[in-house]
Amino acid sequence: MEIAYVICVGVLTFCGVFLCLRGRTFSVVVGLTMLSYAVNLFLFSSGRLNLEGAAILGMTDNYADPLPQALTLTAIVIGFAMIAFVVILAIRARADLGNDLVDGRDPPDTNKMIKSNEGKS
Amino acid sequence: MSLFWITAILLIGVILPVLTERFGRTVNTIFTMLAPAIALAYILSLVPSVLAGEVIVEYLEWIPSIGLTLSMHLDGLALMFALLILGIGLLIILYARYYLSEKEAVGRFFAYLILFMTAMLSIVLSNNVLQLWMAWEVTSISSFLLISFWSSKSGSRKGARMALTVTGAGGLALLAGLLLIGDVVGSYELGVILASGDLIREHALYPVILILVLLGAFTKSAQFPFHFWLPHAMAAPTPVSAYLHSATMVKAGIFLLARMYPVLSGTEMWFIIVSMTGLITLLIGAYVALFKHDLKGLLAYSTVSHLGLITLLLGLDTQLAAIAALFHIMNHAVFKASLFMAAGIIDHESGSRDMRKLNGLYKYMPYTATLAMVAAASMAGVPLFNGFLSKEMFLAETLHSTALGFLSWMIPVLATLAGIFAVAYSMRFIHDVFFNGEPRDLPKTPHEPPRFMKIPIEILVVLCLAVGIFPNFMVGGLLEAASSAVLMKELPYYSLSIWHGFNLPLLMSAIAIIGGLLMYAYRSHLYRFQSQFKETDEKLVFEGAIQALIRGATKIQDYFSNGSLQRYAAILLTFTIVVTAVPLINIHTVVSHLPTQPISGVEITAAVILCLSAIATVIYHRKRMLSLITLSVVGLIVSVAFARFSAPDLALTQLAVEVVTVILLMLALYFLPQKTATESSPGRVSRDIGIAAAIAGIVATINYAFISQPFDTISDYFIANSKTGGGGTNAVNVILVDFRGIDTLGEILVLGIAALGIFKLLARVRLSMQTANENGLPWAQDRHPPILAMISQSLLPLALLVSFYIFLRGHNMPGGGFIAGLITSVALIQQYIAHGVDWVKPRIKVDYQTLIALGVLIAALTGVGSWFFDRPFMTTWFDYFDIPLIGEIELASALIFDLGVYLTVVGATLLILANLGKLTSVHRPTPEE
Repeated sequence: MEIAYVICVGVLTFCGVFLCLRGRTFSVVVGLTMLSYAVNLFLFSSGRLNLEGAAILGMTDNYADPLPQALTLTAIVIGFAMIAFVVILAIRARADLGNDLVDGRDPPDTNKMIKSNEGKS
Repeated sequence: MSLFWITAILLIGVILPVLTERFGRTVNTIFTMLAPAIALAYILSLVPSVLAGEVIVEYLEWIPSIGLTLSMHLDGLALMFALLILGIGLLIILYARYYLSEKEAVGRFFAYLILFMTAMLSIVLSNNVLQLWMAWEVTSISSFLLISFWSSKSGSRKGARMALTVTGAGGLALLAGLLLIGDVVGSYELGVILASGDLIREHALYPVILILVLLGAFTKSAQFPFHFWLPHAMAAPTPVSAYLHSATMVKAGIFLLARMYPVLSGTEMWFIIVSMTGLITLLIGAYVALFKHDLKGLLAYSTVSHLGLITLLLGLDTQLAAIAALFHIMNHAVFKASLFMAAGIIDHESGSRDMRKLNGLYKYMPYTATLAMVAAASMAGVPLFNGFLSKEMFLAETLHSTALGFLSWMIPVLATLAGIFAVAYSMRFIHDVFFNGEPRDLPKTPHEPPRFMKIPIEILVVLCLAVGIFPNFMVGGLLEAASSAVLMKELPYYSLSIWHGFNLPLLMSAIAIIGGLLMYAYRSHLYRFQSQFKETDEKLVFEGAIQALIRGATKIQDYFSNGSLQRYAAILLTFTIVVTAVPLINIHTVVSHLPTQPISGVEITAAVILCLSAIATVIYHRKRMLSLITLSVVGLIVSVAFARFSAPDLALTQLAVEVVTVILLMLALYFLPQKTATESSPGRVSRDIGIAAAIAGIVATINYAFISQPFDTISDYFIANSKTGGGGTNAVNVILVDFRGIDTLGEILVLGIAALGIFKLLARVRLSMQTANENGLPWAQDRHPPILAMISQSLLPLALLVSFYIFLRGHNMPGGGFIAGLITSVALIQQYIAHGVDWVKPRIKVDYQTLIALGVLIAALTGVGSWFFDRPFMTTWFDYFDIPLIGEIELASALIFDLGVYLTVVGATLLILANLGKLTSVHRPTPEE
């Protein structure tokens, strides 16, 4: 089961990082969301994978570790706040810059630059 | 009084000249001299005790918590330098009053000068090497300000920049050296360092320390090959040249050599480096000085040469040589300062410093000429003047040197040669300027300067003579005190007197004087020879080097920082791969102790769905709506996973957040393009796949590495104390609101700040909206479908009830403020979606910002409340009450804290969504009817 778990974390990380490297803001937001799933699962698993062991007193003999759970819970909420902020930033950037590119402008086209320099000289 | 007062008073003295500038130059000068005069008087009052061998050390706690203490240290060496700095400084201030014209910013000039004086004194009085270094750098900066005082001149600016670059870079090397010393010795205190000479010399790092410290000293004292900055610093007003570049600042390097003499000297390496650098500087300086037509240029190179002489003496490593070095420091400061001032007078009264134009000035200013001649004779090393005494000691010591082994005879010979040059350039200074025909087209007719302008020179010249004739009476005690501070042991026998009988040093002096006169007489041959060389302007070379450096740096900077965030992200991630992969590669065995748990069909199915939808999100990321749907599938599976792995609180939170996030992203899509064009080149895509795969691999490996390790947790404490200490059975919630309450307080604060930031970002945003969706279909006309409105309205009370229940039971069962807050938010947002902002607004009259503030306030006040019961911040209290009909209930202060969390979450979520949602109605294009 552990192996399946880490494979899932790996796949989520892969998709998250890949999307974060795209050039459009929306893809980056989706990527960040995906990455935060991966991070939350990663953090959560430091308490190991327990079945039937919710950390509620008197419900079970073998408690799952409550500390990573508490940390992950706040991480989820904070992660939401961060993603919300990035989304709104993207909207604001779209409104102010007129495009939804991460860099705020088209990637510099090296060929074009060389040509324009030649024209000047 | 304490030694700290000296720096304190001088620092006040920095402001005084600026404040008194408006009262005229004379008043200004008097006020400027006030602080140094007080400091000098205080130092003079300490002279008897220091001469008696006392070392005054004082401490002042600065930041005791990190072990920073200011401390002062006054011994013979520091005393000698302090007297020079303050004494000559006072004379310079008086001189500058007449040198600078009324139109110039005299107050500013004096302020810089006093600032420099403060820094220089702090160097010599420091008892802590880091403190010394600080002051060292302040002298570099204040000297930059002084050299560039006439900032309208290009030469001043370039000279100042050069001086700052060279001495500043040397200062950094010095800092490194001092830090290493501190590391080796275990203390930055001078007393400790001076006592650990053997420890440092035997340490493996000694060569590194020596080189770094010497770099600092040599750059400051203009030793070859760093000597080039000093002549260009002559662009400064002459009082500055006289003070900084002859008497004090350039001596700081020498001071450092003398201060560190007990620690660093005594090794082969010290002999060779210090003495050879000194010898080369001595020769080059003396030779070049002869060919300078500029009066100050001549003096500058002469200073370089004398600094080389002192360095050579310190490198000779006989005890008498060190004493001679100290003696020459004093003598050189006295005669060179007076010569600079004389040069300044000549410049001031005749309008030129070019020795090809200045001739026969004796007729016009006989008094100044006489003073200058005395000082120049001292510089040349003519008997009866102070320069002669130390020079003779120098010549005597060169004879004893064994630094070059069998070639040691070269040192006295080269020293005599330098002496010949010195006599020749001194002769030139006197003969060319004051005799040698008539002045040639000078801008002004020269005349004697104002009475008081001559006083500083008179005093110094009298000192030259007095020391030259009665050396023991004048400076015997001071030199002895300084020497014992440097040598730190019994002083060898030496005698300060003019006449030592006929001996080899006297012969060498005689050769130097006669040879110098002859060389001057036949100088035309030398000049012809020298004129074959092309003159290089160090300024151009230096500026060229700096420009090349800047170009290189700009190129590197432009390569990395081209303004593309995508590129930064890629570079950062690549760096992360390197940083995390290297330690992983070095781990060769992963010992797994835990048996892997069996996996069931349900889990396999969930994992497959999760992976497939994640990959689908990537594949369809250009169709944004579709990718959003697959993304929400991922989120759902994640929350199911939490539920499966015994984390019901997490599952609930994830579910609620998922709903809110998807609503938010859908709203966002309203304002963003629906599709992404294909932009990335195949190369870019494969690069990104590579980076992503590497990171994913590393993350998964680390994850596997730790979840297969045996379990060792600190959570047993939380579980054991959850009920007894926190009053709740849900350990996760008790951790959140009780054990780690402060963390949670911080987190809701972050949430609130993010929401307010979003509120600000959305204020006055100008958005453009599509009138149709991606396929060209117009938006539905039916904005608020009645069935949706009906159902959501009737669901609202139920949802609120559920959230209330979840909130209340949170302490004992899965739930709590976070989850309840999210559920409430979702229920309310549902109303916004179904009815629109215009409908909701009059019905929910809550200001969400106030809600956030209230939440944070309640949470914080709950924490503060515990102070009233003499408990630490955030201590919770709980008890059980029996209420009729309802039964026994528990009341805990943590519940109020959780209420704060709840309010903040509701406020923040709704502030974000409602504000974004509002925009859709404001900006919605009205369909054409």
